[in-house]
Amino acid sequence: MAGIWVHGEIARDGSLTKLSTEAATLARSIAADGAREVTGVVIGAEPAAAAEALAEFVPRVLALTEPMTADHAAGMIVAQRLATLVAERQPDVILIGAGPEGRDLAGALSALTGLGVLANATAVRATSDGPVATHSVFGGKLITESALVSGNGIITVRPNSVTAEPAGTAGSVEVVAAAGDLAQPAVPIVERLPAESKAASIDDARIIVAGGRGVGGPEGFGLISDLAAALGGAVGATRAAVDSGWIPYSQQIGQTGKIVKPQLYLAMGISGAIQHKVGMQTASTIVAVNRDPDAPIADFADMIVIGDLVEVGQALLAELRARSG
Amino acid sequence: MRIVVLTKPVPDPASGGERLGPDGRLDRANSPAVVNGNDEYVLEKALKLIEAAGEGEVILLTMAPATAPETMRKALAMGATRGVLVSDPALAGSDTVATARVLAAALSTLSFDLVFAGVDTSDGTAGVVAPGVAALAGLPFLSYAATIEPDAAAQTVRVRRITADGFEVLEAPMPAIISGTQALGEPRYPSLKGIMAARSKEITTLSLADIGIEPSAVGVDGATTKVTDWRAPAPRGATEVVREAPDEAAKRIVTLLAERRII
Repeated sequence: MAGIWVHGEIARDGSLTKLSTEAATLARSIAADGAREVTGVVIGAEPAAAAEALAEFVPRVLALTEPMTADHAAGMIVAQRLATLVAERQPDVILIGAGPEGRDLAGALSALTGLGVLANATAVRATSDGPVATHSVFGGKLITESALVSGNGIITVRPNSVTAEPAGTAGSVEVVAAAGDLAQPAVPIVERLPAESKAASIDDARIIVAGGRGVGGPEGFGLISDLAAALGGAVGATRAAVDSGWIPYSQQIGQTGKIVKPQLYLAMGISGAIQHKVGMQTASTIVAVNRDPDAPIADFADMIVIGDLVEVGQALLAELRARSG
Repeated sequence: MRIVVLTKPVPDPASGGERLGPDGRLDRANSPAVVNGNDEYVLEKALKLIEAAGEGEVILLTMAPATAPETMRKALAMGATRGVLVSDPALAGSDTVATARVLAAALSTLSFDLVFAGVDTSDGTAGVVAPGVAALAGLPFLSYAATIEPDAAAQTVRVRRITADGFEVLEAPMPAIISGTQALGEPRYPSLKGIMAARSKEITTLSLADIGIEPSAVGVDGATTKVTDWRAPAPRGATEVVREAPDEAAKRIVTLLAERRII
């Protein structure tokens, strides 16, 4: 039975990732004409919790227990199990979140199955010739649409492309057994280390407060963190701030960092050079605070406040705290 | 130790000249090519490892049009030993599946301890080629590396992999394939001596026949995906410029956020 599949990625704590709930919502919208069935697939050492969570979004979920992922790099292992299921059941399309784990999985799955990949979709719509994905390319300068030549393949979905919405009725979970050996070499995880900072992840943050060179130093990021906390958001940074050692690489936004799409991007002391712009310009609302009215960010922000970022930042913090208090 | 670094010439993201041609493929003539940013980080790491080991070589492996040596010289000027270019007219229009196949086939003609690749390229940003190459080559895959520590005596490699909540320390026997990030460290600028030396470094060109790939399996003919349409994004609305004093400016920001139901 052909249809749309969505991969349910298991987070470290066993829960389903937010990105997977978005991909599942998108999968449902592609199948909205009712002609195709939507199926979730969760593969891991303990898939039950994530599978139940995914069933809130799609009518049917396949849960496959693969103990190896407990202490081995998961991508290649999940790809092999998923490739076997794909060969057996022949779905038309497989949606996978376009985060680091999903990209590893999509790349390996593509190589193992020969299926093509439409990468980093910001939207997907169904057509009679198969799905058509929308992408933002060349740092947002161009919107492209692309299709799978055979109508079948893999689509990776960029975080925050859709708002996750559970289905009206919960679906069922079907336990499937792993079949066959894993031919690819498994890579053991010999140790797990906590992040260098306790900073919230920017990957799927609704609000990001970001600092650049203008922040001036690691202490300056204290104000950025306070603003992020007051707004319930995460802290982001430019490469210059990361290279200066003020904040870890995990928070970097831009060409060699992460591409984010929050509802609000508050840019503090960020000029908006192209290398940074490519990572954040699809944010719904961009507010910049900058001394320089001619900074490139003035061209694509919704609002730019010309002023000192510490003074404006502290005033904004007071205003936000007064509002919530 | 021998390290192969997968490097891709990409249109310079800072040039602003990237555009598609009438066939929906990248118009390479319209913007200068540079070495992909993430590839430079892994190249730097490879050079440092070879320097620390005191022996070995860093081999660039590139799949690109025949103009690629110009860009490859920039990476050779940083210190890579030699280059291998897979180039064939039939490769034009290749997708990620074909790219992974070609690179895996080219790797099978080389001997190496490690293969490095950037986690993605700034033009395609798919981030799926390195895992694809690993799967096709049947080699251990260690991704999103923040550190890479080979142990030549034990013939193993240890990688600190960036995850959503910290790091996984992965360990695998060599040979292995590693995708790396900017966290590996700032790439060096080529020295004048390095630029001079790069001119005479060897770049070997391989055709599809040399690596045993059928032309029909790659390029436009073998493509599994196609660009069907493209357009400029809808322009953002006008920028509201606020020049009031901090207290008043802060109120303006809050008003905007409230209007847009962000807070």
